[in-house]
Amino acid sequence: MPVSKPILFNAEICTGCNICADICQVDIFIPNPEKGKPPVVLYPGECWYCGCCVMVCPSEGAITLHHPLMNQVNWIAKSELQTPV
Amino acid sequence: MQNFEWPYPVEWDKEETITADVLVLGGGIAGCMAAISAARKGQNVVLVEKGATKMSGAGGSGCDHWESAATNPCSKITPEILTNAMLDDNNGYNNGISHYIECREGYDRLLDIEKMGGKIRDTDDEFKGAAFRDEKSKLMFAYDYESKITLRIWGTTFKPAMFNELKKLGVKIFDRIMVTSLLTEGGRQGNRCVGATGIHTRTGKFLIFRGKASIMCMSRPARIWMFSSDHTGLCEFRPTQCIGDGHAMGWIAGAEFAMMEKSVRTEFSAAGRSYPPYGTGNNHNTWYGASIIDSTGKEIPYADRDGNILDSVEKRFLPVKGQPFFLKGGSVDNPKYVYEGPETLPFSDMIEKGYKLPFYADLSCLPEMERKVIWGMMIGEEGKTRVPIYENYKNAGFDPEKHVLQCYGTGWTSASFLPQERQLFGLPGGFLNNWELKTNIEGLYVAGDSLYASNCYGHAAATGYYAGRHASKYSSRANVVQFSREQVDTEKKRIYTLLQNNPETAIGWKELNMSIAKTMQTYCGDIKYDDLLNTGLLCLQEYEKKVVPNTYAYNPHELIRLLEVFDILTVSQIILHSCIARKTSSKSLCFNRGDGPRSEAGNDKRLITVKQVNNKVVIDEIPLDFFGDLKENYKKYNKDYIGGN
Repeated sequence: MPVSKPILFNAEICTGCNICADICQVDIFIPNPEKGKPPVVLYPGECWYCGCCVMVCPSEGAITLHHPLMNQVNWIAKSELQTPV
Repeated sequence: MQNFEWPYPVEWDKEETITADVLVLGGGIAGCMAAISAARKGQNVVLVEKGATKMSGAGGSGCDHWESAATNPCSKITPEILTNAMLDDNNGYNNGISHYIECREGYDRLLDIEKMGGKIRDTDDEFKGAAFRDEKSKLMFAYDYESKITLRIWGTTFKPAMFNELKKLGVKIFDRIMVTSLLTEGGRQGNRCVGATGIHTRTGKFLIFRGKASIMCMSRPARIWMFSSDHTGLCEFRPTQCIGDGHAMGWIAGAEFAMMEKSVRTEFSAAGRSYPPYGTGNNHNTWYGASIIDSTGKEIPYADRDGNILDSVEKRFLPVKGQPFFLKGGSVDNPKYVYEGPETLPFSDMIEKGYKLPFYADLSCLPEMERKVIWGMMIGEEGKTRVPIYENYKNAGFDPEKHVLQCYGTGWTSASFLPQERQLFGLPGGFLNNWELKTNIEGLYVAGDSLYASNCYGHAAATGYYAGRHASKYSSRANVVQFSREQVDTEKKRIYTLLQNNPETAIGWKELNMSIAKTMQTYCGDIKYDDLLNTGLLCLQEYEKKVVPNTYAYNPHELIRLLEVFDILTVSQIILHSCIARKTSSKSLCFNRGDGPRSEAGNDKRLITVKQVNNKVVIDEIPLDFFGDLKENYKKYNKDYIGGN
């Protein structure tokens, strides 16, 4: 199990075109051995989290990129801030 | 170990030779602009890139602002005044030549990129009427709306535009090739550079590139002190594979370096203590001008450099009366009073006054245009922000009119690192250059992050194009020189012999990188002592002798990662030699000694340079202002360009 999973594919949308694998400058993907299936994220720890793979993907929703859990940040509705008593 | 069979043909035994007039090493911003420039000069250009040129390099995924475009039609500051300010703000420890080029030619490059298809102005009139927009030119400015030297740009469009231009000009692009060494005439250190060697990152095939002139356009070193085996890609600010290969191969070839003793306490390492850049509440760079509030909703006031509270958002973007301009941006952390711009009141003062943590960035109370330009244009265009921050936060419900984004840590950097957790950031060391952006090695030119005291996008683009011009001039009167077969064979042996090691007992790239980082934290931390630096050097030399020959990689990809760590090991030694050479502390270089005079002695106000001659380290020093008068020298070396070429 990798420590983080930066990239998730939706196998139902992804056509396995490998455009994401070709643009990734770190080269963290390899094409799936099975043609037409999503690429394999072989080196998830090397991901730079730039998002180019998502930016070039021709099938919207086929690929998502998320920061690791430890880097998820918090926001709050301004109206919910505790005003001083 | 591997669950998947390697999908590419493995070609350890194959070799190919490619010949060019001008060889560009690295396909980031500087490399692309260098190649474009040389091709326009009629040269046969080969560009070699480790990733995929179309979107690779530090600026491959985007960029939201372009600094120091002093010749743009709205700028009120001359290139001379701006460069001198950048020099003065760092007490002279800055690259006068490269930053003058940035200030003088940066806007020319923006116009160039616009012609290629990049977006540099608000052609859609999205921000019509905004305080930061010039209505005539539709250019948009950041930080200081009075002096208008920094432009907001749509950087996601830039790299693909450059890529198309390269193809149009017939530049031969070799993607997925790691350059591993420079070839020198007769195979001798310090001789003319006659080409380079490379290895395919997927197949392992060996390539020999011959060039009359070569331009070093690789990134600055990284992962010297900071390493995470689980999140290697988040260790540093620059991309994972940008770790300073160029510095390492330059050192081995005999190139001269400056300011390599400078390192700063880490500011960005999302694998460690910080959060993704521009992804948390802050008010710097992309987020400059955002309001910061405490957890009861009370606003932290902005003040001018004299501590006077600013009573409007508009004043956050203006110098004080009588101040011609202020400096903000990537490499400006603590500007001198004369260049200091508006800031929120210091964190410690706020705590004393009872402001409640955590703080938040609040865009809801900004004028609409200021909110839209930060959350929208800037966050949409900055590298690494469009997808993981802008799109993801938006999809998760973040609404800048309603929500406030939490700040982490005690300042805008979102974390507090330990003093020994260091990185090369904020004008770090690199290749020493002259007015042609040539190194001390004949035929070897340098641009972008490879240069000493490099910084941002505009610097990379401007110096890249300039180096391309000067390398072309050299190339057009030089011959191709035959490389040394012995040098090539030695390099092949270095790369491939380790594949014969026993994977069960050999060491992999992560273990070696981790060990280097720990060694550097231990022996070359915040406070330097000669005895420790020398011990650290011995330790790294032992790694080179005993560990490097006993390493292993399972496939070409892992071999590249391993070769990168060998380069990290080389760069770490350049740093140690440079630290040993500087005998007194220097505030400007963030260099502290525990065993020498605390203050900077007058004699030490010199650039210390290091290089190898016959594999012996040679230390020298040159005056900080060795480049002479900026305007005069620029004119002298660029007559053809000034003439309109």
